[in-house]
Amino acid sequence: MRTVQAVAWKEIQIYFSSPTAYIVGLIFLAMTGVFFARDIVQTQANPFPEASLSGFFQGATIILILMAPALTMRLLAEEQKLGTIELLLTSPVRDWEIVVGKYIASLTFLLVTVAATVYYVILLVIFADPDPGPMWAGYLGLVLYGATALSIGILASTLTSNQIVAAVVAMGILLVLYFTDFAAGTLTGLPAAIVQEIGIKSHFDDFDRGVIDTKHVAYYLIVTAFFLFLTIRALESRRWR
Amino acid sequence: MIQATGLTHFYGPNPAIEDVSFGVNRGEILGFLGPNGAGKTTTMRILTGFMPPTRGKVTLDGYDVVEQSLDVRRRVGYLPETVPLYTDMTVTGYLRYMGTLRGMPSRNIKRRIEDVIDVCRLDDYRSSLIAKLSKGFRQRVGIAQAILHEPDVLVLDEPTIGIDPIQVVETRSLIKDLGKQQTVVLSSHILPEVSMICERVLIIHEGHIVAEDTPANLAERLQGTDLLEVEIGGPPEEVTPAIREIEGVASVRRRSLANREVYTVRLLQGADVRDDISRTVVARDWSLLSMQSVGMTLEEIFLRLTTDEEN
Repeated sequence: MRTVQAVAWKEIQIYFSSPTAYIVGLIFLAMTGVFFARDIVQTQANPFPEASLSGFFQGATIILILMAPALTMRLLAEEQKLGTIELLLTSPVRDWEIVVGKYIASLTFLLVTVAATVYYVILLVIFADPDPGPMWAGYLGLVLYGATALSIGILASTLTSNQIVAAVVAMGILLVLYFTDFAAGTLTGLPAAIVQEIGIKSHFDDFDRGVIDTKHVAYYLIVTAFFLFLTIRALESRRWR
Repeated sequence: MIQATGLTHFYGPNPAIEDVSFGVNRGEILGFLGPNGAGKTTTMRILTGFMPPTRGKVTLDGYDVVEQSLDVRRRVGYLPETVPLYTDMTVTGYLRYMGTLRGMPSRNIKRRIEDVIDVCRLDDYRSSLIAKLSKGFRQRVGIAQAILHEPDVLVLDEPTIGIDPIQVVETRSLIKDLGKQQTVVLSSHILPEVSMICERVLIIHEGHIVAEDTPANLAERLQGTDLLEVEIGGPPEEVTPAIREIEGVASVRRRSLANREVYTVRLLQGADVRDDISRTVVARDWSLLSMQSVGMTLEEIFLRLTTDEEN
């Protein structure tokens, strides 16, 4: 446990001292701010705005496809590039401790960034009378969605020593999982249902409506665990190459 | 301390090392000498548990490197060939992190960091970013992390590669000092370096161990004195003087190997007596069972080795 903590703490320090992470965080806040404002300000396109975070949540799911890979691409790709992986894998540390430590660090940075959006809630409470249910459910859904995206990102980072490749691979996987909804529309019956269930986005929408369904919570937790498991396996397989 | 038997490792279809066996005693400094690509790094990586061998077995202090990997890794300090450093950390920050990964208690880490900074003379650079350090100092930080947790075994892969001559001398004497308390395994492609530091040398070439000896004996074998190993069937008390009489022979030593008599014939520089030996043997009606020049194969390997100080 102490080693997980040590790995996580080192990565967290790097996140909070590196410009990249701040830039990524800033872009997230700026972009979601635009989505948030667009949804609550009365315009011709949006004549009856609602005091909700729905615009922010919907926008955030798209931004996270870009942001999660940017946060995780460094985690293991850089170790492989610098050769420090050799030191890490010859230290008395288990492979899962490395993966979990690094994952926790990226999750921490994501949580801090998401926490910074609480001022949207404050604005809504001051100027309107929002329904709290969908807001808290939406936040829960967003964190679960982000956690899953990060687990995909860390897997991609384990597969290559090139950070750009890691980011592109992760974005590719996320995009496919995001747009399965569209693909499901072209199918019928069981295949449609299966494709629909695989999608990372279709499980998010209930949270946005204020519904916390254990089915969706379970989906995100299982997919996250699955990708972390693959990451540990991929790291182990490095020894055999 | 270390016992390796039949190590074989394949990268794809090609073996990097094949059937490598050796042992290292506690407190010994063992050197792996060989040209680049001979399989030194592969061997070191197997010893440290970075990767398992395709075939074969290594135990370290009785612990199997594959089966009890964590126990082995706790006892080994490793300096890989490309010194692995987190360039965005400070020297002490890096050492503290490595200490924690090795499971050292934090009070120990503090004390040991002071020790290794002292031993590796890093005092002026303790809070410098590693990215700003020169190659030689990075090497010292690499050694510092390897000895931080007071490992029983130190594995150093090309510890003096790419640093300037003064630092090379310093690093060598540092390794020699460390070898007084610890078991050290190091690799190099520079002959004088290994002779200077190591008590025993293994020469590895194309994945095979081709010679094992003390540096002094190895140097002698390389000084141009050629050796012939001849197996002769005949009365030993007559064979030895008969061969010694041949012109060009400096000395003859006899070994008995399971009812076979093998004579190691040392030749004078440049002499070739193979023809004379076979004539002598045939003339006396003994049988010549085998004859091979030992110096020759080693010589070929050493042509690829760097024998002078510049690498």
